Amino acid sequence: MNQVPLSHILFVSTALFFIGMYGLFTRRNMITMLMSVELILNSVNINFIAFNKYLYPEKLEGVFFSLFIIAIAAAEAAVAIAIIINLYRNLRSIDVEDANEMKF
Amino acid sequence: MSASAVVFYILSFFILAAGLLAVASRKIFRSAIWLLFSLTGIAGLYFWLQMEFIAAVQIVVYVGGIVVLIIFSIFLTQQSGKDLPAPVRSRAIFSVLAAGAGFMLTWLMIRRYGFHPVGQGTIDASVGNIGAQMLSTSEHGYVLPFEVISILLLAAMIGCIVIAIKTKPEDK
Repeated sequence: MNQVPLSHILFVSTALFFIGMYGLFTRRNMITMLMSVELILNSVNINFIAFNKYLYPEKLEGVFFSLFIIAIAAAEAAVAIAIIINLYRNLRSIDVEDANEMKF
Repeated sequence: MSASAVVFYILSFFILAAGLLAVASRKIFRSAIWLLFSLTGIAGLYFWLQMEFIAAVQIVVYVGGIVVLIIFSIFLTQQSGKDLPAPVRSRAIFSVLAAGAGFMLTWLMIRRYGFHPVGQGTIDASVGNIGAQMLSTSEHGYVLPFEVISILLLAAMIGCIVIAIKTKPEDK
């Protein structure tokens, strides 16, 4: 793996981050927006692992950050899907443009 | 170019292509399946970096947990065969411009900055080492964040049940 420079891995994670950003800008459906957020979080994880591996190989800090990000992403996805299902039950739609009331 | 580098470039092409299809596909179910492929490719990238534990966690939590949850919620809320509406043309153009400009800026900064390794030595990312450091109370131990995140997961679980619980029609 030493033949591949660090900047190529950073290219992949940057491209993945902005792909997720594009999805977040164009999609209006809440579930697809949540999928874009998952792509963004994964690109951050790739960055942490690659920096840990290439720049600080005697420590494990990047690994722990990635583990905690994965755990928080799981909690976030579960809460977001609960909110989406509750909204769908009330509005019969999961488009963000339709969700413009705070209280029912 | 060695075989390891070839594997890396194939994996990154796979990740990026699947990610692009996941945000561009017009059918929501296909979009979820492309997301699944992209996340599996990222797990392969972790295997390539010799971080086996993170790769296993990625597969268990993302591929086995979050994507399945997303697919279930698609089934619960949507006619999965129906096409999503196409994005408004002006919004699509400006999103491509914003994402492309941000990407170019970040990539130029990465290119200009030379990364130099700070530490020496080899990484020991075995499960035993990760577990020992995760539960250690010494200076580089992570026992406090570990406990905090267990409380967070419990709170998220209870919160999900409270939010998604079915209310009876009369007390609405």
